[in-house]
Amino acid sequence: MDTVTPFVLLSAILFALGLTGVLVRRNALMIFMSIELMLNSANLAFVAFARQWGRLDGQMFVFFIMTVAAAEVAVGLALIVTIFRARRSTNVDDLAQLKG
Amino acid sequence: MLSIITFVPLLGALLIAALPRTAVSTMRLVAMLAALASFIGSLGVLFNFDPTHAGYQFIEAAVWIPQHGIGYKVGVDGVSIWLLMLTTFLFPIVIAASAGAIHEREKEYYALMLLMETATLGVFLALDMFLFYVFWEFALVPMYFIIGIWGGARRVYASIKFFIYTMAGSALMLVAILFMGVTAGTFDLEQLAAQNSVWSANTLLFLAFAIAFIIKVPLFPFHSWLPDAHTEAPTPGSVILAAVLLKMGAYGLIRFNLSLFPEASRQLAPLMIALSVIGILYGAIVAFAQSDAKRLIAYSSVSHMGYIVLGIFSLNQLGVQGALLQMINHGLSTGGLFMMIGYLYERRHTREMARLGGIWAQMPLYGALMLIFVLSSAGLPALNGFVGEFVILQGAFQANPLWTAFAVLGMVLSAVYLLTFFQKIFLGESRDAANDTLTDINRSEVLAVAPLIVLCFVIGLYSLPFFNAMSASVNNLLAAVGVVMR
Amino acid sequence: MNQLLFISPILFPLLGVLINTMLGRRMSEKAIGWLAAWMVIASFAISLVLFAQLSAAPAEARLTWGAIDLGIPWIQAGALNVSFGFLIDPLSATMMLVVSGVGALIHIYSIGYMHGDPRFARFFVYLNLFVASMMLLVMADSFLLLFVGWELVGLCSYLLIGFWFKNLKNAEAGRKAFVVNRIGDAAFILGILLTFVTFGSLTFRDVFAGVERGGESVQAAVAAITLLLFIGATGKSAQIPLHVWLPDAMAGPTPVSALIHAATMVTAGIYMMARNHVLFEAAPSTQALVAIVGALTALTAGYSALTQFDIKRVLAYSTISQLGFMVAAAGLGAYVAAMFHLVTHAFFKALLFLAAGSVIHALEHHGHHHAVDPQDMRNMGGLRAKLPLTFAVFAIGGLALAGVPPLAGFFSKDEIVLDALKHNPLVFILLTVAAIFTAFYVGRQLMMVFFGRPRSEMAEQAHESPAVMTAPLLALAALTIVGGALNLPGVGTLGYWLAPAVDEFKTHPLDVGLAGAFTLIALGGLAGAGLIYRHAFAAPDQADPLSRLGLLYRLSLNAWYLDRLYQAVVVKGFYTLSSFLASVLDLGGIDGLVNGAGRLARSAGEWLRGAQTGFVRSYGLLMLIGVVVLVTYFLVAGANVR
Repeated sequence: MDTVTPFVLLSAILFALGLTGVLVRRNALMIFMSIELMLNSANLAFVAFARQWGRLDGQMFVFFIMTVAAAEVAVGLALIVTIFRARRSTNVDDLAQLKG
Repeated sequence: MLSIITFVPLLGALLIAALPRTAVSTMRLVAMLAALASFIGSLGVLFNFDPTHAGYQFIEAAVWIPQHGIGYKVGVDGVSIWLLMLTTFLFPIVIAASAGAIHEREKEYYALMLLMETATLGVFLALDMFLFYVFWEFALVPMYFIIGIWGGARRVYASIKFFIYTMAGSALMLVAILFMGVTAGTFDLEQLAAQNSVWSANTLLFLAFAIAFIIKVPLFPFHSWLPDAHTEAPTPGSVILAAVLLKMGAYGLIRFNLSLFPEASRQLAPLMIALSVIGILYGAIVAFAQSDAKRLIAYSSVSHMGYIVLGIFSLNQLGVQGALLQMINHGLSTGGLFMMIGYLYERRHTREMARLGGIWAQMPLYGALMLIFVLSSAGLPALNGFVGEFVILQGAFQANPLWTAFAVLGMVLSAVYLLTFFQKIFLGESRDAANDTLTDINRSEVLAVAPLIVLCFVIGLYSLPFFNAMSASVNNLLAAVGVVMR
Repeated sequence: MNQLLFISPILFPLLGVLINTMLGRRMSEKAIGWLAAWMVIASFAISLVLFAQLSAAPAEARLTWGAIDLGIPWIQAGALNVSFGFLIDPLSATMMLVVSGVGALIHIYSIGYMHGDPRFARFFVYLNLFVASMMLLVMADSFLLLFVGWELVGLCSYLLIGFWFKNLKNAEAGRKAFVVNRIGDAAFILGILLTFVTFGSLTFRDVFAGVERGGESVQAAVAAITLLLFIGATGKSAQIPLHVWLPDAMAGPTPVSALIHAATMVTAGIYMMARNHVLFEAAPSTQALVAIVGALTALTAGYSALTQFDIKRVLAYSTISQLGFMVAAAGLGAYVAAMFHLVTHAFFKALLFLAAGSVIHALEHHGHHHAVDPQDMRNMGGLRAKLPLTFAVFAIGGLALAGVPPLAGFFSKDEIVLDALKHNPLVFILLTVAAIFTAFYVGRQLMMVFFGRPRSEMAEQAHESPAVMTAPLLALAALTIVGGALNLPGVGTLGYWLAPAVDEFKTHPLDVGLAGAFTLIALGGLAGAGLIYRHAFAAPDQADPLSRLGLLYRLSLNAWYLDRLYQAVVVKGFYTLSSFLASVLDLGGIDGLVNGAGRLARSAGEWLRGAQTGFVRSYGLLMLIGVVVLVTYFLVAGANVR
């Protein structure tokens, strides 16, 4: 078993957990955190492969993703707070205005 | 020079956008000055225009997207010179006539009008197909808003129909433009026309362009957006739509279809001639049945534009020159008719002819001026419409006597519906008490239409300079089409 | 300078148009009317000067003496080159004198007739515009310029017929006239198009030279051209089947009927054929048709005139009938006879119309019973004593029309029937019957209007018209009496004058037998009408004695029911077609397709929008499924590649 496999396995498990969270949770905050989990699982995979091949591209992507995630957290949380203020709820099933 | 003429209105629009909402008279002034500056500039072009030179003049070019062979390039030749003049001539008039017709959101209105002018001028002057397409599509936007915001009761329906219908037509043209541009490595019109042997006989490309243009013209049976758009548009919108926008289609047919696909033009000319003659008769017959004055004139446009396409696809000197002159004539007479109907609408708030009648007694001057436009539109000799119509018919007769015989019937039908139009509004007993208190048109209204009337007479009595300026370029174009010159 | 003199017969009336348009509202009736009249008189005077100069030129030079080109191109595109060129030859000089001479008299008359009309100035503007256009028509040296005048006189006719536009019937009569004329004009235009394609030019000179040069090779084209031009003439000169507009045109003020719808405009077709005699002579098939159509028109219209009650309608049908005589003459190649009759007819028919106007004027101004129609001859009677002068001139005009010697109409009609007798027996028979009808309806009209007892209050109170109206009547009456001297048999002044322009001419001595027979016909017809109508109409509501003829009477009264036929077939048909196309095909079919495409897009959207639940998590699930499917696909596809 080479060195990268455990990391990738862990990354996959974390991704699956995050995905399940996104799909089954109704609370916007929880979905949000699940997304973070998925992002970080991707980061883990990037770092692992970067180390495997000895190249820095993967590391660089991780920094990108962390920055974007930080911005996303800021915007996303602001949105959730605004929605909560307006609707007194963070349940995403209540937010079905886009229903066709 | 041409770039300045084209973009001065845009500058005016930006200036208006910066003005406070309440400064309506300043806006009018700015709009008027911008349009007039454009007109004066184009007069300068006209006086320095060399009628013996067949190619483009006053060319201005700049690098835009060199990787894909796209450049900014404008120029004028005998085909576009009078359309340039018509456009810059009409916009000041329309802006002058807007004061009575537009009473809300003036800021947006005047800005859009000026944008409209930039876009239409761009269409007529662009010598790069990509640039042309940009202006072509851009011209839709201001008109969409002008109909949609300041229009009549069914304005939303009409404006969406106008927008989607004409846009759908030009989608295929975009594909054709991209195909040709990528194949040839350049979008420069002159270069493309020079190597037209590659696609000269390509009927698919021809049709892709032609459909976009004949929807705009509009040619039967692609005309059904026009009556709605005309009827719902505010007066200035109708004038610009009839006088300038429709010409974009006819201009495109000459500039692109004839010069890029001469072989295909020859092959498909019988089809186009048939469609235009059917359109001439059909538009006239349907116009007769209309009860709304503006709708009637809209259908009369379908009929008149049929003559223009007939002339173009006669593919001879007389036909194409007549068509070019008739574009100007149609702009003057139909534009005039719409302006005049607008004056009446401002007073009477109806265009239903059944509720008018007998108003020549109350409005003698108005009736007389309207009669001039009606006669010009009906092709009465000594007025402009006859010269264009006759030259077109003479050209068409050389190309196809049988269809021309039917086209001549349009002369009878135009007399029928136009005189009926005049009779229903002006003659007989008044059919409504509100007609009896109408006041005749005032001095500023007369001043706004006076230039149109003067030009109707000038072209009707002395068409020489108009034909002179276009003949060299048309000759050149037809030499490319390979038709024996007559 | 010389050129200006040449075209000033057109320019003077145009000047009148301009002045009266600009200042008419501020000028007095007298100023407006006399200004307009003087402009036409000036036009007449210059025409006289030109005529004198032309006749001073040697006979063989007269065709080219008056050809001038202003050097101003009108239309110049491709090979088409039409400039403002004019031609004053014996033919056009004759027409110019008739148009401006009769025109001037009618202008003067109108000053009295239109007195008090609120749109007095407008009337004279139209009238002056008409004279200018008619002058242009007869002076033009090319087909296209002639067509300009041709259409402009049509416009003036439209405006003047509907002059009292408050009454919709007048407006509709104007529209009818214009549209029916336009049908002819469309054929005319086609003829011009074909002319240019065949001969490469539109000036008369080039085309005639082309005909002579072309010979056989252009024969088919010439036949088609002349046929098309003749259809144009049937519109303007009110020949079968396009004559239906002229009786309705009587809705216009009476001076208009006299000037436009009797003396000048309607003769434009005859002038046009005389002008193009080279073409027509090269097309025998068209010639034959022209002769027959003319003769048939003379007969049928004369028949319709027999039973009309409106004083002007009788004269209108009579005009159609007399135009038929001229057209028949043109068809026989007897252009001199046609032109001679054109000139004399201009005199006596203008006289008749103006006299009829004087009658109407007298009745209208003293009765003011608008319930009673002042133009219905059943409301007249006995006016001989009330309007002695009008009676005298009306009788002179009527006798000339009937063909009583030595009045002008006798000589000109005689010349036509003589030609018919020589060349075409069928035409001769038709024209002879038409002549009988003519004498009869003249007699009937004289009886109904002037003899018997007044049958209405209006007729009892009638008074003679003012001098400004009676003076032109006297002038025209004088012309009617001496007009025959223009072209006496055996002398042929007019004939030799016109000959270079219209063909060879040789005068004949009077054919005593024929002349005697036609004198008898005229007197017989008059006497017959006198006998039949001597005791008819004791009261306005009595039936016409001819009504005993049943269907024959009704055919005449309704002018062969042609109007009703056109109404039912052409007009109704057009209305139906128009509303069908507009509502069914256009809104339902073509626009329906467009809107159908829109609706299709909308309903597709309606159907697809069910997929948009709005729940974030279901979108997420769909995304997951999509990813799984894609990944599976690539794995499987990749495996296959490998």
